[in-house]
Amino acid sequence: MKPPVFSYHDPRTPAEVVDLLATLDNVKLLAGGQSLMPMLNMRFVLPDHLIDLNCVEGLSYIREIDGALEIGAMTRQRDIEFSDLVRRRCPLMREAITQVGHRQIRNRGTLGGSLCHLDPAAELVAVAAALDAKVTVLGKSGMREIDFAAFPVAYMTSALQPDELLTSVTFPCWAAGHGYAFIEFSRRHGDFAIVSAAALLEEDKSGEVTRASLTLGGMGPAPIRAHDVERALLGRAMTEKSVREICESLRKIDAIDDIHAPANYRQQLAAVLSRRALLKAHERIAAGAQK
Amino acid sequence: MSETRTITVIVNGKRHNATVPVRITLADFLRHDLRLTGTHLGCEHGVCGACTVLFDGCSARACLMLAVQADGHEIMTVEGIPPDGKTLHPLQEAFRDNHGLQCGFCTPGILTTLIELLRENPDPSEEDIRIGISGNLCRCTGYHNIVVAALDAAKRMCQADDGRPATDDRRHNDR
Repeated sequence: MKPPVFSYHDPRTPAEVVDLLATLDNVKLLAGGQSLMPMLNMRFVLPDHLIDLNCVEGLSYIREIDGALEIGAMTRQRDIEFSDLVRRRCPLMREAITQVGHRQIRNRGTLGGSLCHLDPAAELVAVAAALDAKVTVLGKSGMREIDFAAFPVAYMTSALQPDELLTSVTFPCWAAGHGYAFIEFSRRHGDFAIVSAAALLEEDKSGEVTRASLTLGGMGPAPIRAHDVERALLGRAMTEKSVREICESLRKIDAIDDIHAPANYRQQLAAVLSRRALLKAHERIAAGAQK
Repeated sequence: MSETRTITVIVNGKRHNATVPVRITLADFLRHDLRLTGTHLGCEHGVCGACTVLFDGCSARACLMLAVQADGHEIMTVEGIPPDGKTLHPLQEAFRDNHGLQCGFCTPGILTTLIELLRENPDPSEEDIRIGISGNLCRCTGYHNIVVAALDAAKRMCQADDGRPATDDRRHNDR
């Protein structure tokens, strides 16, 4: 259980990283190392070159720009967990991140590392899908933005080109007082979710839904946005009965079948967790309005 | 042959210069090069928590870091917890008095994890402790006496606010 032999690089700027990516073959980028290091220890990956991003400057920050949170790719999950800005402007992310691994993992793990690793059940991947995040990448030909919906291209494979580095992620914030909930089911605290549900809601004064987002993690190779459910919720009042009916359709979503759970179990979880997440989001709107 | 680098690391307050293969994990460096065998290796893939050390004051799995990444940083291992060579830290006393360990394999990781937890939350609830040590596996105790010991330690540390190791007072949430 020791990492294989590799050449180690510790560049100081994003431009140096891109130069290395463009010139070296069989490279892995090391961010927080909470997934890559186990894969190296178990020899699941055998890179010739390891580029350590931990000394690269300017990739760790959380700031608000034009109603969105921009978070640097090397921002530690711990810093997101304890950020007042995230708690205020993006409470869904805060709720999700407390369910990422354990404290020791979050102390090292990064936003960018989690998104690029793209585990189908990862909490931050589901949050990025739920919030319609945009990822900013730097390559030899310059910067470009990718809608998160187009970021996963296959199982644990992102749209990044071989010479590209993820530098930041922009999460559009929802209106103050919106409802949110991130609920996951896992066998043990800290495990990857078998299925997770991320819900966001806005309602008007009469209690009708004006905006909705529902994302399921763990069902397939990438998080699934339940657009049919989102549309069905619009203009409706949130009641236990209406949400239950609308969420029933989620039992028909294709789901993976693996050692952790059969497909029909995931479909059951999708319907149940979505209902709970949507109702919790709705309750939070009501609780916020009473204050 | 494997590529090497020369690194400078402060471990338990003591500066070390060493030349290490770049692929060596921090855990192996601590155990084999520095002979600090208090850091235990259980799973070597980030699941069991036995190798938890404090990296610049923050708990981290030493099996999921490379020794080269510790260059210029401060590490605290279980050997750095007692205030001196003769006295136990109140956390360790609480573990001894409450049977917070049986075989002791997981204990180094649990103690380092709790040092961080009690620094940030000096008056934790039982639930806080259980969530805090959820990343540390113990196969002997069933966790009950670990939780009892940690709650007892919190009381002792509030009463005697001294005896903290040098790396214990770092605040680190402002990065």
